[in-house]
Amino acid sequence: MDLSFTPEEEAFRQEVRDFFAENLPNDIRNVVKNGGELTKDHMVRYHAILNKNGWLATTWPEEYGGPGWGPVEKHIFDEESCAAYAPRIVPFGLSMLGPVLQKFGSQEQKDYYLPRILNGDDWWCQGYSEPGAGSDLASLKTKAERDGDEWVINGQKTWTTLGQHADWIFCLVRTNPDVKQQEGISFILVDMKTPGVEVRPIKLIEGGHEVNEVFFTDVRVPLKNLVGEENKGWTIAKYLLTHERTGIAGVGFSMLELEEVKELARTVIRNGKPLLQDPLFAARVAQAEIDLEAMKLTNLRMLFTAQKQGAPGPETSILKIKGTVINQELKDLRRRALGPAAAPFPGSFKDSNLDVAPQGHANNAARYFNNRKTSIFGGSNEIQRNILTKTMLGL
Amino acid sequence: MNFDLTEDRQMLADSLRRYLNDKYPIEHRNKVAYEAPFHDDAKWAELTELGALYALAPEAAGGMGGAGFDIAVVFEELGRALCPEPVLGALMASRILTAAGADQEALLSGATKYAVGLGELDAPYDLSEMSTVAKGGKLSGRKSVVYGGQAADVLLIAARDGDSLSVYAVQAADASITGYGMMDGAGAAEVVLEETPGELVLANADAAIADAVNAGIVGLCSEAVGAMEVLHKMTVEYLGQRKQFGRTIGTFQALQHRAVDMLTEIVQSRSIVIKAASELGGPDAARYCSMAKNLIGRAGRLVAEEAIQMHGGIAMTWEYPGSHYAKRIIMIDAQLGDTDYHLMQVAAA
Ligand SMILES: Cc1cc2nc3c(=O)[nH]c(=O)nc-3n(C[C@H](O)[C@H](O)[C@H](O)COP(=O)(O)OP(=O)(O)OC[C@H]3O[C@@H](n4cnc5c(N)ncnc54)[C@H](O)[C@@H]3O)c2cc1C
Repeated sequence: MDLSFTPEEEAFRQEVRDFFAENLPNDIRNVVKNGGELTKDHMVRYHAILNKNGWLATTWPEEYGGPGWGPVEKHIFDEESCAAYAPRIVPFGLSMLGPVLQKFGSQEQKDYYLPRILNGDDWWCQGYSEPGAGSDLASLKTKAERDGDEWVINGQKTWTTLGQHADWIFCLVRTNPDVKQQEGISFILVDMKTPGVEVRPIKLIEGGHEVNEVFFTDVRVPLKNLVGEENKGWTIAKYLLTHERTGIAGVGFSMLELEEVKELARTVIRNGKPLLQDPLFAARVAQAEIDLEAMKLTNLRMLFTAQKQGAPGPETSILKIKGTVINQELKDLRRRALGPAAAPFPGSFKDSNLDVAPQGHANNAARYFNNRKTSIFGGSNEIQRNILTKTMLGL
Repeated sequence: MNFDLTEDRQMLADSLRRYLNDKYPIEHRNKVAYEAPFHDDAKWAELTELGALYALAPEAAGGMGGAGFDIAVVFEELGRALCPEPVLGALMASRILTAAGADQEALLSGATKYAVGLGELDAPYDLSEMSTVAKGGKLSGRKSVVYGGQAADVLLIAARDGDSLSVYAVQAADASITGYGMMDGAGAAEVVLEETPGELVLANADAAIADAVNAGIVGLCSEAVGAMEVLHKMTVEYLGQRKQFGRTIGTFQALQHRAVDMLTEIVQSRSIVIKAASELGGPDAARYCSMAKNLIGRAGRLVAEEAIQMHGGIAMTWEYPGSHYAKRIIMIDAQLGDTDYHLMQVAAA
């Protein structure tokens, strides 16, 4: 065992750090720092900056244009990009559809879609969940029927993150209603401009717009938009979900957030002293720090295992559960640290200089509430426990 | 011993519940709570007609109640409906006016809306750190996140006055007030005082201010209990309706036990609030109010977070009423001293 970084790895860290210092635009950095809403333009520009350097598709093999990093490089990139206040890379094309097409797609699909993902030509969104099919994804009802050389799609998806920006949506649809649920599902790509696709916004608890409902009424797409075999979509769905889970520990973001909490608690005054000197608050911060320190290693250990085995295993569910809980705790601390100053609705002070929160913290309550989503989506933490019960405990 | 409400209090609770159900449903509440001026004048008048404010003051001061249990009854109903009206300011102002022996008919009738400015940016909870000063009837300093301050006609401002605290009445028109809405609905204000004229309401007011805070805590904790009970009921109903994997999710023991843990915390919360309410005005009030605020802070976080989690995505939406209950329950912790602050008060006492 050896936990030290090699000189090459340290050099790589410096390279990443310098890259962000030089290339991350200030406006994007500020939105991330302040917990504001990133626009499509921000994200498209950010992706292009990474892509120019060959660093956009961090998990893709080199043959498809990935950087060919191992677990340590990924970890370093993650830490440094977060520390620089870079946004989270929008995952739908890059860490979901990309790996799916590489494993299950036809040559034609790979040749067409993969470069377009890298170049930012297509913004993808994920059409899995439906009003009646959340945790029980296999019960999905949106159906696709063959008609000549087209699929005709009818139904509804929901919770579609950033679907308002999307050019394309990858969907799980029912193509055979007469067999066991899991055996009648297919994975189909839909151009959002196709007639019959309608996107309606959902406003979230803190007031933001990041998710949508997507309705399909007699939407016709070419048969060749099927990925993999007909009725074998469930295998793809499961493959994609394990990939979705690996990044979800958000270790880099939590490390940054821990520093932010400490910095905030040094600034905020309580009982005539900086809050960080309050023994109860300091203990809360220390508790989170201990958990995070362990999570850094847990994450790395699992990245190494995934590399050895060629794919992430079921134990990544542990990353999902603990990673989200740690981040939620940190979000709680940054809200708690402000006390009543966390309460004003975001944007309350844009016309005055009376802001009650230190710079970068005005959205702390909104961030806390919005972040509750992380233990619900990507397979809720309860569903992760069910997976672990079966796979790791054999119960 | 007897844990039943008196007939009068039960009647007040019933009529407030009926009124708020009918006239302040969640759609209306959200409109008022998130749009300036974060307050509905017509509803305010109707609420006061029902006696919501008279219940907060003792008969000697022109009211019809004023005991801890009267306050608890009113605020529990406000909490059940997530009512954003500035009743907390009225309650705390009334306590101070009562201590001062001042006439408060305008407050109790709802004609004049009051807010109380205690907390400051660097001293939101611990009032001994307050830096606003009074000199020759002029006030200087800044009161931060004054709940209801955006709608108030009169602000009662606590200020250092020599060795003790005094309370001054400041007309809203005389101060620089920046109102805004809150994450959890309703409004507040930054109140900037620069040699602002105030009328002395009470000198040597430390004890009266402490009493107002204790009363406020009984109010907030009761509000939290009301809101938690509603959110818990919503959660249990949802567990009984929502189907996944061919069965209602309420049949999963992993969720059942957690819904029971929520219930346990709510039962405990109600008990500690009853205790705090019974001690209000007595020598041990501060200690029991601190216990209540600490327990409610912990229980509130559990109830709000678990309610969202066990609903799944639906409770993450603005449209679903439960999300607004969760926000209010969480943010109550940041008013009049949070979980940690009150834990230290209990430990030190
Ligand atoms: C902000 C946000 C963004 C999202 N983005 C996307 C997206 O881009 N694309 C997409 O397809 N989906 C997306 N989702 C949907 C997300 O994947 C679902 O919300 C999630 O799968 C849970 O489904 P549900 O909300 O229907 O809850 P339900 O499945 O109804 O679950 C309700 C509760 O029951 C629990 N539960 C369910 N089954 C069991 C069981 N067997 N044992 C124990 N407990 C159980 C759950 O854990 C949860 O606590 C998003 C959701 C949110 C909130």
